[in-house]
Amino acid sequence: MSTSDPNAPKKLALIASKGTLDWAYPPFILASAAGAMGWEVGIFFTFYGLTLLKPKLTAAVTPMGNPAMPMKMPFGPDGFQSINWPIPQLVMANVPGFNALATSLMKQTFENKGVASIEEMRQVCVEMDVRLIGCQMTMDVFGFKREDFIKECEIGGAATFLEFASDADVQLFV
Amino acid sequence: MTDVFKEDQVLDCSGMLCPMPVVKATKAIKTLEIGQVLKMIATDPGAPPDMEAWSRQTGNELLRSTQEDGKFVFFIRRMK
Repeated sequence: MSTSDPNAPKKLALIASKGTLDWAYPPFILASAAGAMGWEVGIFFTFYGLTLLKPKLTAAVTPMGNPAMPMKMPFGPDGFQSINWPIPQLVMANVPGFNALATSLMKQTFENKGVASIEEMRQVCVEMDVRLIGCQMTMDVFGFKREDFIKECEIGGAATFLEFASDADVQLFV
Repeated sequence: MTDVFKEDQVLDCSGMLCPMPVVKATKAIKTLEIGQVLKMIATDPGAPPDMEAWSRQTGNELLRSTQEDGKFVFFIRRMK
């Protein structure tokens, strides 16, 4: 448990390790929901997840290597939208612009269904005082600078995250 | 005979999916006085179980959770 104080808020510690559009959602959704319930939340953004702390988010999604990803159209009659297009991975790999297309289709689908954008979700996390910790080591490896990231985040290493996570009630790696 | 609650504020989360209904509920309830009632409307089928969990976690009382005309309606009393 987080502490001996029974009235202390619950605590959630997340690691966000992926920077694609599909995998950007889980940490921000869980963090904002936990924040809304009064929990103390921290997210450690490491490796490709670190790019989710850039001011302008460019997260994209690729159907390549994602065989379970539904390939559906966000427009047209219901029957058309429900078709799961059987596009072979080889086609996806070789058609220029396929990732851009898949990304824009996913964004459109999410918007149509009422899912907030990643930018909105991240802003909610900031408003809920979620600790956003960027990984120093990843910055060094990929050549990022502090000013490449939003001012609301802090920069730290494994020890910073582990200290936060050590007494968290829920810890998840995404 | 169902209890009738008089709301002090209405929050319409129609069309929003997880986690926005609970996020909006938290923001709205903080603008109320303790003891006041928030009426919340949602269309997300995940809202009923989520609002129950939210009320247990935040300590605010979920007075009523119903379904009317394809929408989910919640009455929540701010407790702290």
